[in-house]
Order: sequence, then structure tokens, then C-alpha cells
Amino acid sequence: MKYAFYPGCVARGGAPELYDSALAVMERLGIEHVELTKAACTGAGVLQEKNLKMGDILNVRTFAMAEQMGLPIMVLCSTCQGVMSQANHRVKRDPEYLAEVNKHLAAEGLEYKGTTSIKHLLWALIEDIGLEKLKDTFTRELTGMNMAPFYGCYMVRPTDALEFKENPTRETSLEDLIEAVGGNVTDFAGKSACCGFPILFINQANSMKMVANHTGTAKDLGADAMVTPCPLCHLNLDGYQPKARKQVRGDKADLPVIHVPQLIGLAMGMSEKALGLQKHIVSTKKMVRKAEALPVKV
Amino acid sequence: MPETTQATINVKLKVKRFDPADAGGKTWWQEYEVDIHPDSTVLDSLIEVREQEDGTLAMRCACRASICGSCGMKVNGSAKLVCKTRVVDVAPNGEQLIIEPMGNQHVVKDLVVSLDTFFNQINRVTPYLQPSFVPEQGEYTASNESMENLLTSMNCIMCGCCVSDCTVLEVDSNFIGPAALAKAWRFTEDPRDSKRDERLKALNDEDGGMWDCTRCMKCVDVCPKGVAPMDRIMELREAAIEAGNTNTSGYHHTESFYNSVKKNGRLDETRLALDSAGWTNIPRLLDLVPIGIAAMRKGKLPPVIPHKAEDHKKIKNLYESVEGESK
Repeated sequence: MKYAFYPGCVARGGAPELYDSALAVMERLGIEHVELTKAACTGAGVLQEKNLKMGDILNVRTFAMAEQMGLPIMVLCSTCQGVMSQANHRVKRDPEYLAEVNKHLAAEGLEYKGTTSIKHLLWALIEDIGLEKLKDTFTRELTGMNMAPFYGCYMVRPTDALEFKENPTRETSLEDLIEAVGGNVTDFAGKSACCGFPILFINQANSMKMVANHTGTAKDLGADAMVTPCPLCHLNLDGYQPKARKQVRGDKADLPVIHVPQLIGLAMGMSEKALGLQKHIVSTKKMVRKAEALPVKV
Repeated sequence: MPETTQATINVKLKVKRFDPADAGGKTWWQEYEVDIHPDSTVLDSLIEVREQEDGTLAMRCACRASICGSCGMKVNGSAKLVCKTRVVDVAPNGEQLIIEPMGNQHVVKDLVVSLDTFFNQINRVTPYLQPSFVPEQGEYTASNESMENLLTSMNCIMCGCCVSDCTVLEVDSNFIGPAALAKAWRFTEDPRDSKRDERLKALNDEDGGMWDCTRCMKCVDVCPKGVAPMDRIMELREAAIEAGNTNTSGYHHTESFYNSVKKNGRLDETRLALDSAGWTNIPRLLDLVPIGIAAMRKGKLPPVIPHKAEDHKKIKNLYESVEGESK
């Protein structure tokens, strides 16, 4: 498989370990990619609050670039996925609007015809590679490791733009992946709730309560780690966990929040360093040691 | 009507019960099983339980046609009008259904919640028209177009599903909530209303107002009537900014994001944090220091001078062409 690769701002900024671990895993799987270095940020839904059309134009520009290459787009971020899917949904069902958007792209010689699909790495692994084939690349089963899923709002809503009906496996993609690596799913109601990141700078007290509730609940249920396809959720749930846990629950940050390719990399036997697990704010040591103590497949 | 191949289906329900006069005020789970017509709704099965199995089960319902808004409750963790929810759609293989009262609202008994939370929120937005003039004769009239624009919000039947599943209300009962904000939008967009600016300013300035929404889209997902409250909240924000309300962190956040992409083609995370805190807000800036240091120690502080997208000049041109058009 080959993709037009759109890593997103955060994987290239505040969460570099996501970019590195994704590349490592993609290489192991033989996934080819061309990085869309000329593309703009999706706007993350924030830019859209000020100017929805501007956001759509920026995203359609990216879709048109991938379309010219004849490749589907691969993202690493729930928010990129959601914002792009919504923009794609809007222009695909409204040819007049698409024509208007295309007018702005003409200066660059771009025209979007509406054929680009956008897939998060998590979905691509399940839909394009297949979990059975993925399992063949694993060198150890993460037996006995308890993993709490945390989706990020934009990977689960709105379901029409995200094409859940056409792709029913998307609804339980994280749980399915956790089971594929041999882990146990630590299920909890907060898994599809907000992580608090969008209001971090607007209402920090509320944001901290969300971080403390989600990480604290998952920990109380016995999770060794939380797994998320969203680096924005990661920034808040990992970076602000020490502050949130202290402020809201009066306890310590003890739940590592890992990225999807880091989970797969662990099952592939990759090193802590190759996966950037030492770059987390909440220490991943205990979890990594537990994984490394598991038998290697022969 | 096509003939059904099955006379009845078996519905398994696990219902969260609560009786303030019983069980020491504690909640408990009770399981039921009923056989009903295959086309039945979840409400039909609950009524069957109440009429045939357990008359003590309390619930609220009336129209059975998703217009009265009485039967909101949680099915498998998500708020729904149960009269609009067919059993086969939520339990296609006869799975057990988990039924709970709506969230974020006081439970009176079993599946019945108090309407006080909901209407206290609605009342905070002065939920009636405040026209600027009294017509000399006849009704206040408005054009069809202007009313059609309001249809999304006017479809609200006040069932409370959006309030039930709001992820902000879960942590902050002072948040005004999705239903009230959608209702406020209905008046700010009504050409007959004379208090648009006052309404926008109040919801912009108020603690728990329009900027506290996290954009999680739960309300859009659960609303049975297509009101899409979060979309209305985003329109309120846009209108508030246009009306000159630039005193919030939310405004600075949006503005910084917009300008960051304009300048660099991508997000400048460090600048966004500083802009949102406010450059003269010393306590807020100091608050960013520990996380900055922690990130630096782990070798992941976002670059202070941002990387630019290769095509950042073209992206800037695009911005200018779009902005020039809307002027």
C-alpha cells in the first residue's frame, strides 16, 4: 500500500515521538508513503470557528494534491481525520460549493474532483493491511497488559462524515487493535469523551477535571496504559496529567498515554528509544518493562 | 405492509433503578425480558415491562412519535428518545440493552429526571423575542428566508438529550449547556429581535458561556431532531467576534490559530499557547512555564521559531484571495 502521508502539526511539533514511531512501524510493514510537505494545517476546527470556508479551502487543497498523486491520504491524528472528513463530506455532497472552493485553487493549478479518501493509520491497519497480516509482524504477545482505549472526539463523531456505516470496523477499531496485540481492553465510559485539550487555554479548571477523571478512572480499573490515535488528546492526557491528578484527585500521574504506532511497535519488539517512549511526560518505564518481560515468539 | 416472518422478538433489558424512598437512596440494576413485535421501539418494550412485569418502574413518555420530548434516556450509554429508537437497530442480535436515566440531571425516580436543570439553563438566555417595535396592527412578521435559517434550532423539542451527554456539564454544572446556547442562537439570528448585541456580549462574557464548549460533538450526535447544538455554538462564536467581542481567551485562541496558519502554513504551538494565555497576563504565562520545562527536559518542546510549510507563501496568497472576496 502507498499513501500520501499527512503527519499533522503536532506529530511534527509537540509529539515528535508519534512521527518517529509511525515511520518505524510503517517501514516494518512495508507501507510506502510520500509526505505532503506542501500541505497546510487542517485548522483543527479552531480556524473554522472564525472562517469555515477558509478551512475547507485549505483542506480541499490538500485533497487535490493527493488526488493528483493518485493516492489516499494517511493521517496520524484524530483531529486531522475528523476535520478533513468533515470538509470532504461538505464539498462532495455540494458540487456548487466545491466549484466555488476550486476557484480559489485554480491559481495553483489545482482542481479537486472529489475522489480522495482520508484514513488514519489505525483505520488503514485494519482496513487495508488487515489485523491477521499485522499480527504476522508481531514478535511478542502483550498478554496480560491492560490497555484503556481513548479515541478523541473527531475519530468517532460525526459518524456520517467519518463513514462509519460504510466501514463498520471503525466503531471498535481501538479495542480490536488492543486485542490484536494480545492485550486486554480496559473499557470505560470516557473513551469517546473529550480529553479537555480544546479548552485548555480557555477553561483550564474544566480541562484538568477531564484529564484527571479519564486517566484516574482508567488507572482505577487496572489499566497499564492508555492508547490514543489523537496526539492532541495525548498532549493533554500526558502533558497535563501531573497537574490535573494533583489538583483534582490529590494523587500522582501514573498512567502512560501511548500513541497507536507505539503500541504496535511494542508488539513488534521495537526498542523503547526507537518508539520515543522515553519522551513522554508520564513515565512509560513500568509499562515498557512489563512488555519486555513477555516471551518473544519463536 | 410486508408480512413479518417472526411473530415476536425477545428483548433483554438491564435497567438502572432508583427510588428515593427505598434501598437507602442507592441505585440498583434490574433485568427484564419481554417478547414483543419485531418492529417495536425501546419505549414499547419498557411499556411492556411496566404493564406486564413490574408496575413500579417509573418512566416518562407521552406522544410516542418523537415530538413531545418526554422519553429521553440513555441506551447503551448514549442519550436517545426511546420512542424513536427501534430495538432491532440497537440490539440487532438480541443483545441486552442497558437503560439508564439521562445524565447531568437530577434523577427523581428510575428513568425520570427533574426538568429543573434543563429549564434553569434555558432561562439564562432570556428565551423569548425582544422586538424593537410594536407593529401597529397584526403580527410581527419576518421573511420566509430568515425563518428557514432558524429551522435547525426551532426543531428543538427540549428533550434534554444534549444536556444529558454534554462532556462539559459532566465536569462543570455552571456551563449553560448546548440546548440553551442553541436557543440563544435562535434569537440572535431572528431579524425581529432587538437585543442581538446584548445577547452575544452576555454569552461571550459570562462564566460558563459560549466559549466553554469543547467542540466534542456529543450534542450533535445525540440530538434526535437535527438541531446540531454545537454548530449553533460555533455560529454564536463567529457572530460574537464579528460584533467586536475580543476580550476572551477563546477569541485569542481562534485568532492566533487562524493567523499562525496564514503566516506559516501550519500551527505554531508555542505561539498559540502564549497568545491564548495573553501576553500581558503574567500569572497565566507563568503557568505555562512548568509544562514548558517538562517538555524541554524530554526533548519535545515545540520549536520556538516555527517550521513553515514548504508552500507557506502560496497559503498566504490563498488567505488573501479568500479574505479579499468576503470584503
